[in-house]
Amino acid sequence: MPLRASDLLTLTPAGLYCPLGGFHVDPTRPVERALITHGHADHARAGHAHVLATPETLRIMAVRYGEDFCGHRQEAALGETIRIGAVSVRFAPAGHVLGSAQIAIERQGVRVVVSGDYKRAADPTCLPFEVVPCDVFITEATFGLPVFRHPDTRGEVRRLLESVRLFPERAHIVGAYALGKAQRVMALLREEGFDRPIHLHGAMEKLTALYKREGVDLGETPRVVAEERKTLAGAVVLCPPSAIQDLWSRKFPDPVTCFASGWMRVRARARQKGVELPLVISDHADWPDLCRTIRETGAGEVWVTHGQEDALVHWCGTEGIRAKPLHLLGYGDDGEAEPHGEGPHGDETAAARSEETA
Amino acid sequence: MNDFAELLDRLAYEPRRNAKLRLLQDYFARTPDPERGYALGAMTDSLSFREAKPALIRALVEARIDPVLFRLSHNYVGDLAETTALIWPGADAPPAEVEERAAGIGHNNPPPHVPSLAEVVETLGTIAKRDLPHHLARWLDALDETGRWALLKLVTGNLRVGVSARLAKTAVGALGGHDADAVEQVWHGLSPPFAGLFAWVEGRAERPETLNPAPFRPPMLSHPIEEEADLEKLEPEAFSAEWKWDGIRVQLVGGRDREGAQVARVYSRTGEDITAAFPDLAEAVTFAGSLDGELLILREDRVQSFNVLQQRLNRKAVTPKLLAEFPAHVRAYDLLAADGEDLRETPFAERRARLEAFVAGLDHARIDVSPLVPFASWADLAAARADPAAVGAGLDADAIEGVMLKRCSSLYLPGRPKGPWWKWKREPHIVDTVMMYAQRGHGKRSSFYSDYTFGVWRAGPEGDELVPVGKCYHGFTDAELAKLDRYVRNHTTKRFGPVREVEYGPDKGLVLEIAFEGVQRSTRHKSGVAMRFPRVSRIRWDKPPLEADRIDVLERILARGEREIAPGRTGEENG
Repeated sequence: MPLRASDLLTLTPAGLYCPLGGFHVDPTRPVERALITHGHADHARAGHAHVLATPETLRIMAVRYGEDFCGHRQEAALGETIRIGAVSVRFAPAGHVLGSAQIAIERQGVRVVVSGDYKRAADPTCLPFEVVPCDVFITEATFGLPVFRHPDTRGEVRRLLESVRLFPERAHIVGAYALGKAQRVMALLREEGFDRPIHLHGAMEKLTALYKREGVDLGETPRVVAEERKTLAGAVVLCPPSAIQDLWSRKFPDPVTCFASGWMRVRARARQKGVELPLVISDHADWPDLCRTIRETGAGEVWVTHGQEDALVHWCGTEGIRAKPLHLLGYGDDGEAEPHGEGPHGDETAAARSEETA
Repeated sequence: MNDFAELLDRLAYEPRRNAKLRLLQDYFARTPDPERGYALGAMTDSLSFREAKPALIRALVEARIDPVLFRLSHNYVGDLAETTALIWPGADAPPAEVEERAAGIGHNNPPPHVPSLAEVVETLGTIAKRDLPHHLARWLDALDETGRWALLKLVTGNLRVGVSARLAKTAVGALGGHDADAVEQVWHGLSPPFAGLFAWVEGRAERPETLNPAPFRPPMLSHPIEEEADLEKLEPEAFSAEWKWDGIRVQLVGGRDREGAQVARVYSRTGEDITAAFPDLAEAVTFAGSLDGELLILREDRVQSFNVLQQRLNRKAVTPKLLAEFPAHVRAYDLLAADGEDLRETPFAERRARLEAFVAGLDHARIDVSPLVPFASWADLAAARADPAAVGAGLDADAIEGVMLKRCSSLYLPGRPKGPWWKWKREPHIVDTVMMYAQRGHGKRSSFYSDYTFGVWRAGPEGDELVPVGKCYHGFTDAELAKLDRYVRNHTTKRFGPVREVEYGPDKGLVLEIAFEGVQRSTRHKSGVAMRFPRVSRIRWDKPPLEADRIDVLERILARGEREIAPGRTGEENG
């Protein structure tokens, strides 16, 4: 009897599980053996006995959770085939954030790819997405509606710089997720020739330092000192999304509230967050790239983990591709997850706490 | 078009007036004619062309996008124009991806011609209805997302961007150091794309000849008298007093154009031309001059409440029935110009004498003069303010908001100069309420919970309950706001996006004393009532919520205000 995809990967309360290899992928609760796609907190949690991930992801986890984030860690080199139990696995770049990878699981010529979160657009801070042909492609659908087409990031960054030119007496406070988005925005600013210091909220410091250690050139990025906020007219300041509405941002000179996120494509979203300069910069695939990627993998079957599944599943149907939503819970709490209410990002007290400790 | 769209997009997100002004000035300075002129036309509502219906737009999209995907998207985004703009398969995919896609799924056509705003407006002005879908689709193909959004808002007649006509004119004037007033003076008779106007403000041409025969003149405003002690610094004999009517402040302006035809205009306080909504008033403008006054509804010579006036203001179509049931009237306060003479530089006492003679000469039933309130001392005036009916206001007393004090020697100065004019409002109504929800403010206040929804007690199915009766966002100092903000953050029970529900109940919660000017029936509020100009008058940190007021207080005020004269025949108007 031929091997079925469900023999390679099934759904358990902790998330996706490979029974033939005895491991979970991005489990949402502590497990014996975890393979991690990338360092965002909803995918990479602390407390597993054994973790296999790219070296960058392991270092990100160590910065976030401390060196003892798991019992035993193992580095997965990109492209290298690793045998685990009765399956072989291979990590391939996902283009999402530094160290992000897709995980291909294979046995007897049947291949399932767990893509984690991914994007196809260029990103100076991480390796580009690699198409891995497969039988079953497991995809996210964070921006799984055809209204989501992310514009060229260069145009978005130029809009920010244009605003800085027009309002030199105001501080531009840019909300950006602390892992990935923030560093990408910095790198994009540098690409556009912005050579002044980029000021950082304390919560961004450690991960930014890590990116620099990994060889990403981000220029001068001083930490904002509380007493100096008043003097930062004309400055570009990066902070976690929660801080743009926080007490913290009030002390800057007449701040312009900016937010770098794929959600900014929808005006009501931007207005709801009180954003004055929305920057549509996303680390997730937009609709055309979700569709393109599914086609390019040649997969006959698609499982949709989280996000706007309905439209993507419908689209797969029109393409003659079998598709089903997995309704995975627990994903989308970090990075660019859809902000439910104010979610974990809107909690000022938590943000204030992280500001103190980070 | 994409540039104009980018401007609209920025304006839509920008809460600060000065920043809007900067964005506008920057745009006008760097955009050539006639593009910027049509932009000015769009923002001052001076363009006229064939509008597109939502059904047409939906049909265009569904010919290109799977209807299921479109429906899911529309449900998610909410707005038809925005959904269409976002979903339209246009030419604005990132260039890098276009190259990649060209290999993959064929996307390799030469970029279509991107229309300018001028081209769009000029085409819409001339094409036949059946050609509209074709042009619209072509433009949507060529524009980027923001461009498509602006185009769709423009062609569906929904271009609201938070910029008043006045602000746009201010920005144009500023290009050459002129104020909005100077632009206003030449505005009438100009039409899009306003090349002559731009040439003049930029010093490349003479001032446009077409002098506006009926220009708007920015009104003079007053400062409030907060308490009687404020009056002691003022000498009663230097002032004249009149009633402050509870209507809307307007200007009635008349004049003759170059052909000698009578031009009649009704302007709102902000300079919006509202002539079309008030043909009954425009008819009365048979004169050359400018009257500053209050627009009121009079039935059988009695001034009706603001509630009644609002029923006329809320109507879109001006029907004969509406005109008959809500007859508009102007009670004049001032005369700014008469027969070609600008009177704003003459003292109030002199203008007042001219006003009385001018209005007497008109002898028109729709225009009269707001009477002066005689007084010898501040005590006299306080008595009149407390009981206008006893000092000549008679049955109109309910439509009086307070008294105005005008220095007899005051010139008519635009804006709100401190000193010459004061308003002394009647004591507001006061009600003790309980804070129920708080929302983050805008602009400088975007990180503060500064907008509060408050409720009062009423009998519910399970005993007494709080029912929301209004929302307010001022009446407190910055220091008080900081305290309120902290209170909200520390007493949140639920969150809905930018809104937080706070603790409230008989023994927990915060009592806000709210001052307000009146109560109206409302179908939008659960309580059935809505307050006018509610603001926090005191924060009662000390008061137990159980002692807040009950809805009966508002019902009683409402009952008093509803003693109005029913409109003519039908009597079916009840808002």
